[in-house]
Amino acid sequence: MSTQTAEVVEKTREPLFSKKNRKLITDPLGDSNPITVQVLGICSALAITVQLQQAVIMSLSVLFVLMGGNVVVSLLRNMIPDRIRIIVQLVIVATLVIIVDQILKAFQPDISEKLSVFVGLIITNCILMGRIEAFALGNKPGPTVMDAIGNGLGYAWILLAVALVRELMGSGAISLPGMGQVKLLPTSWFISEGGVYENNNLMILPPMALVIVGMIIWIQRSRNKALIEEN
Amino acid sequence: MEYLNIFVKGIFIENMIFAYFLGMCSYLAVSKTVKTANGLGLAVIFVLGITVPLNYLLENYVLKEGALAWLDPEFASVDLSFLGFIMFIAVIASMVQLVEMIVEKFAPALYGALGIFLPLIAVNCSILGGALFMQDRQYPSLGEATMFGLGSGVGWWLAIVAIAAIREKIRYSAVPAPLKGLGITFIITGLMGIAFMSFMGIEI
Repeated sequence: MSTQTAEVVEKTREPLFSKKNRKLITDPLGDSNPITVQVLGICSALAITVQLQQAVIMSLSVLFVLMGGNVVVSLLRNMIPDRIRIIVQLVIVATLVIIVDQILKAFQPDISEKLSVFVGLIITNCILMGRIEAFALGNKPGPTVMDAIGNGLGYAWILLAVALVRELMGSGAISLPGMGQVKLLPTSWFISEGGVYENNNLMILPPMALVIVGMIIWIQRSRNKALIEEN
Repeated sequence: MEYLNIFVKGIFIENMIFAYFLGMCSYLAVSKTVKTANGLGLAVIFVLGITVPLNYLLENYVLKEGALAWLDPEFASVDLSFLGFIMFIAVIASMVQLVEMIVEKFAPALYGALGIFLPLIAVNCSILGGALFMQDRQYPSLGEATMFGLGSGVGWWLAIVAIAAIREKIRYSAVPAPLKGLGITFIITGLMGIAFMSFMGIEI
């Protein structure tokens, strides 16, 4: 799956990476995926998967904030007092999210409108707090960047997969930033035009995002039995 | 009547979990038993009921364009709304710290049961989501904003207690092994979401 391709890309681009560091990127794509295994960052992941373009913008924003936040916290890790670390982390992350929000408002106003509150909610996206607490607080910036990229991409591919299924089945089209919606299915297939196909409007509704992620979890855990929970 | 409408809307129609997926992380992690789920749910109602009105005051008297005019007419053109995120999260984080201290003092058993998740209410999306929706929807008065906060909190509590009750029972069912735990919880939440959609359009 995507795990293999990511590994090859990394090898050719930056051959100096140790095996351990490379694992930091590839693990979150599969067996320690932030959404399906670590159960982090689901809050914003599901609500914005109605259209592919929102999912793309959201993934990029999260990747940016994750990398920025993790590196800053990693650099400051010996200076942050333990008792107030959550507030310090929140302030760092909130600053980065304000930057992302202002950039989106300036250059992608339509998508910024559609994402509405969910850009702001990156602040409380559990991926950020989870990875900062679990990794950035105890590691040097180098491995932290790897971990952030890996988790950002692991988050992104689930988001894109869910958005692709929902948009394709829900409206028979896919949309990418800057291209608008591209109709993939010919109009003559639809019942209104004398065909046999009808868009599944259920896919557009919020609950289906949960069911699709449930399916992804099902597939992933039946391929890797070690991930199965007790009950 | 308007208050009641906003309250009921927050619980059923615009439910934080089923319509917006806010606070899913703690919803999934703490819903293994009804008792802890109930405790966390009550904590969320409490925190939402306090932070939404506080953030409403902050938004309307400090951050909004022209909101500072009460200090001096010269400030009428100041727009601090870009600082919204950082101010809201600061209010939320400090309120959560307070709730944590109160629970630790008066309900040590609950404090032990909630463990790590109480400080994590600060990063529970539903709390910040409540503040951001309040900002987005422009409620006309403090009372309505408070009702919205309480309604969303009760909706969240209802959702987590319901899923915890289902998960307690489903332990004895023959769920396919790869779906056990997380997978089946996702799918059940989806089905509950579909059920909650039948409340759509209710006006009191």
